[in-house]
Order: sequence, then structure tokens, then C-alpha cells
Amino acid sequence: MSLLNVFNITSTALSAQSQRLNVVASNLANADSAVSSNGQPYKARQVVFEALPMNPIAGGMGVKVREIIEDPSAPRMVFNPNHPLADAKGYVTMPNVNAVEEMTNMISASRTYQINVDVMNTAKTMLLKTLALGQ
Amino acid sequence: MIDRLDAHFAAPLRALSARTARSEVLAANIANADTPHYKARDLNFSEALKAASRQGFGMRQTDERHLAGRSTAPLMAALQYRVPVQPSIDGNTVEVDNELAQYSNNAIYMQADLNFMNSKIRGMMTALQTQ
Repeated sequence: MSLLNVFNITSTALSAQSQRLNVVASNLANADSAVSSNGQPYKARQVVFEALPMNPIAGGMGVKVREIIEDPSAPRMVFNPNHPLADAKGYVTMPNVNAVEEMTNMISASRTYQINVDVMNTAKTMLLKTLALGQ
Repeated sequence: MIDRLDAHFAAPLRALSARTARSEVLAANIANADTPHYKARDLNFSEALKAASRQGFGMRQTDERHLAGRSTAPLMAALQYRVPVQPSIDGNTVEVDNELAQYSNNAIYMQADLNFMNSKIRGMMTALQTQ
């Protein structure tokens, strides 16, 4: 039944988008963490999506998170000579989290999540109508 | 008599099969709205309907000794890539607004098919009932 496949496809999208939202939350929470668990400043993380073939006969494609990469951009240098981690010139290495980028990422993830919920709702209505056929 | 019943429901059933297949393809497009290099696809509906009438929907064989079920593979022939209006730099050609509009459109047609089927069933029930 193809309509049940719609549920499988959109649920992969929901979990992928919620993982993206999780990564955004972690980036924003650690926007000022000068030291992370490995002793280095925290590095922003980004998810990489990949299409996931689910039903090769009817062309259904889900989505999955292929990997979570560390943002390679340069860290933010903040001048604060009183900070215990300041270098000889008085600069502290802070995480490379870009708050504006993270906020847009968050909005995009939540919108895509909502749209997928809408799709799932429509599929559910159709399935219930099919079940009520002939009654 | 039973083959007559089958023929009575054949047309809306074919349309419904093609509609459900299309809803799956459109849901896949929406799910992959943020996937790099994903190309949006859609069913060419008239071709899908033709494929559905030609072959019908049948069983899948997992063993060569199984009876020959009719396959749904011809639907793949109707699957085509969408031409994007605003292609994005990461190679993704999904336009969510368009996909969502097509998906709702498809759902409404599906509802119409179900209504046709319902009225056919009701007609048949009326014919079967004694006065």
C-alpha cells in the first residue's frame, strides 16, 4: 500500500530534521564554550543529509543524516587579557559558532518539520477515507 | 458475475493506484527538501494511468516457484525529473511550495476517486437490496 509508505518516508524526514534541530541547539548552547571535552574550543557541527532509497519499485526516497561534520571555519578571537585562557597577546580562542546562521538553520528545520507533519496528516485522512469506503 | 463486478470497479481502482503511487513520490520530494543533489521527481500521470491499466497491481515474487504476479514496475517508466524554476546552488531541485500544492491537488483527486467508488458501491447495494 503506497499510502503507508508515505508515513515511512515522512517519518525519516521528521527524524532527520529533529536531529538537525538538536545540532543547532548544541551549537547555540556552546556558542561561548572556550573549552570543550577535548580541551580545545568547541567547534560548530553541521548535519549532512542524504537521500535513502526505501521502495525501489515505486520510487520512494526517504532521507537520512549521512554524517555530522565539524565546521572547518576559523575560530572567533576575542580580546580579553583577564581571561585565564588568553594567549600572550591577550586573545581568547572562542568557538566558530555563527549565531545568525544557526538561527536561520533552526527556522528552516522547523518549517520543513511542519510541512512533513502536514503531509503525514493528509496521508492519514486519505487512508481513513479509504478504510471508510462502502460504509 | 464476479468478473463484471471487477470490471465495474476497474477504472476508479486504476486511478486510485496511480494516485497513491504519485503521493509517495511527492512525499519523497518534500522529505528531501534539504538534501544536497536530490532531484525532484513526479509521475507523468497519464502514462502512470496507462501503465496501471496495462499491468494492474499484483504480487511480488520472492521465489521463482511462485505464481507470476503482475508487477508494478511499469510505473517507474512514468517517473520523470521535474524542471526547476529556481534551482539552488547545492544541486537540489525541490521547490517545497510547488510540491505541497501538487500533493494537496493529488489528495483532492484521490478523494474524488474514493467518492466515485463509494457511489458505485452504493448503487450496487441498491440494486442488490430487495424492495
